Amino acid sequence: MHAGENEPEASPLLDVDGIHSFYGKSHILQGVSLWVGRGEVVALLGRNGVGKSTTLKTIMGLVQPSQGRISFEGEPVTGLPVHRLARRGIGYVPEERRIFHLLTVGENLRTGLDRPGITKPKRRELLDKIFEFFPVLAERRNQAGGTLSGGEQQMLAIARAMMLEPKIILLDEPTEGLMPRMVAQIREIIARLCGERVAVLLVEQNVPLTLEAAARVYILEKGAVRHHAPAASLRADPAPIHRYMGIGA
Amino acid sequence: MNIPLEQILIQTINGVVTGMILALVSSGLTLIFGIMDVVNFAHGELFMLGAYVGVLTLAATGSFWLALISATIVIAVLGALIYVTTLRPLLGRDPLTTILATFGISLILQNYALWQFGPVARKIGEPISGHFTLFYLDYPWYRVVIALISAALLGAVWLFLKFGTWGVWIRATTQDRVMAQAMGIPVPRVLLTVFAIGAGMAGASGVLFGPLTAIDHAMGLDWILRVFIVVVVGGMGNLAGSVVAAIFISLLEAYAALWVSPAQAVIVSFVVLILTLLFRPTGLFATAVR
Repeated sequence: MHAGENEPEASPLLDVDGIHSFYGKSHILQGVSLWVGRGEVVALLGRNGVGKSTTLKTIMGLVQPSQGRISFEGEPVTGLPVHRLARRGIGYVPEERRIFHLLTVGENLRTGLDRPGITKPKRRELLDKIFEFFPVLAERRNQAGGTLSGGEQQMLAIARAMMLEPKIILLDEPTEGLMPRMVAQIREIIARLCGERVAVLLVEQNVPLTLEAAARVYILEKGAVRHHAPAASLRADPAPIHRYMGIGA
Repeated sequence: MNIPLEQILIQTINGVVTGMILALVSSGLTLIFGIMDVVNFAHGELFMLGAYVGVLTLAATGSFWLALISATIVIAVLGALIYVTTLRPLLGRDPLTTILATFGISLILQNYALWQFGPVARKIGEPISGHFTLFYLDYPWYRVVIALISAALLGAVWLFLKFGTWGVWIRATTQDRVMAQAMGIPVPRVLLTVFAIGAGMAGASGVLFGPLTAIDHAMGLDWILRVFIVVVVGGMGNLAGSVVAAIFISLLEAYAALWVSPAQAVIVSFVVLILTLLFRPTGLFATAVR
């Protein structure tokens, strides 16, 4: 997975170095640094409002950092347009899913599938894989996205991002508002993504799921990384989680 | 007062014909607003310039159909240029900024047309002459042809939006521009394309309507107000709503003209606008989720 305990591997897939982001005059991210290796699941934990989602949005180019550097596959990508980042292989599944409600399930998938260089056999292969991952989406293929249940919309949001054949998926609170059975399904999806060598940068409030799914965890507080450790060490000693999040693991 | 059934039927056909052209012009505007929240006050001038391009092409080639094609393309390109130079830098700012910018463009284009073509009205000859007997009237075939061509163009736009990659991209961008970008959709290019399509539709409408009116620099002003009424009543950004609203409003005006003069019949449109704003401000056919 990676060489040293917390040291970045020689060339991490995603390398975020000292980014500062603002919303207006509010200084949200204050020098956040993190890295994600190929096929690795890394989590961001923290209380509400500490900048977890803003970190993902900054990586995705939806928020422009005022300082700092973001590299993807060794190439600097800070300031690139969002759609170019997506085509380079950064998938994004936002909080609240934000599927296209008036498009059908099939059309939602096409937003990621219809891009230059995709042949018909490749399209078929990607769709077959997605429908194998998410059989319920195959059944609802011609249904408008807005008519799906919350869990189905979450699956569609992840499936849609997978259509881009991403090397990393930024996953923002995928289990929010879902019942326990769906939470377990999300856990399986994350494991399968990892198995397919798709890295995941996961923002979650569900601490047990996070510690089970992730290899490493960054804990944020007030817009900065306060603690970084392997998930295994946090399972063994959850004191940092108690300290920074005020909850038990 | 008894209105003969023939008059009502004739006005129905007139209303549908005018409504189809109004639908074609309005659809371009509603597409533009739906995807980029820009109220394009220069849309009427694109309609007017389309008519003038039609005049020039017809004079050079003698072909109405070439005039229709050239006006569509030329005005689409002009629309793209206007978007790139003036509107794109203003996207995301206070909506008043884009309203003022497009209003300024409207004045520039009107004065350009006056300078370039002079105050004397021009005319485009009908491509299809001849009439058929509709009750007691000799009804021109061309009016029916306009309605059919407008319907065909609107149908083509609908098919384009419904199927095909660009259609999915446009509909996704209309609903959620941020997520469309995150899905790799080249949103800047999509916005440019939609503006060009909307402009092209206005240009085509100018040529189609050319044989029925005098073409001068103020031609767009006569239409833009009704176009905005249609877009508001149909639901801003709702293509199907614009088509239905255009026909509905044109029919109401046509029926009103049975009792009052056509100039006074236009008041009906404003009454419908006010009622819509009072009771259903998002439009009669607005979708619940954009």
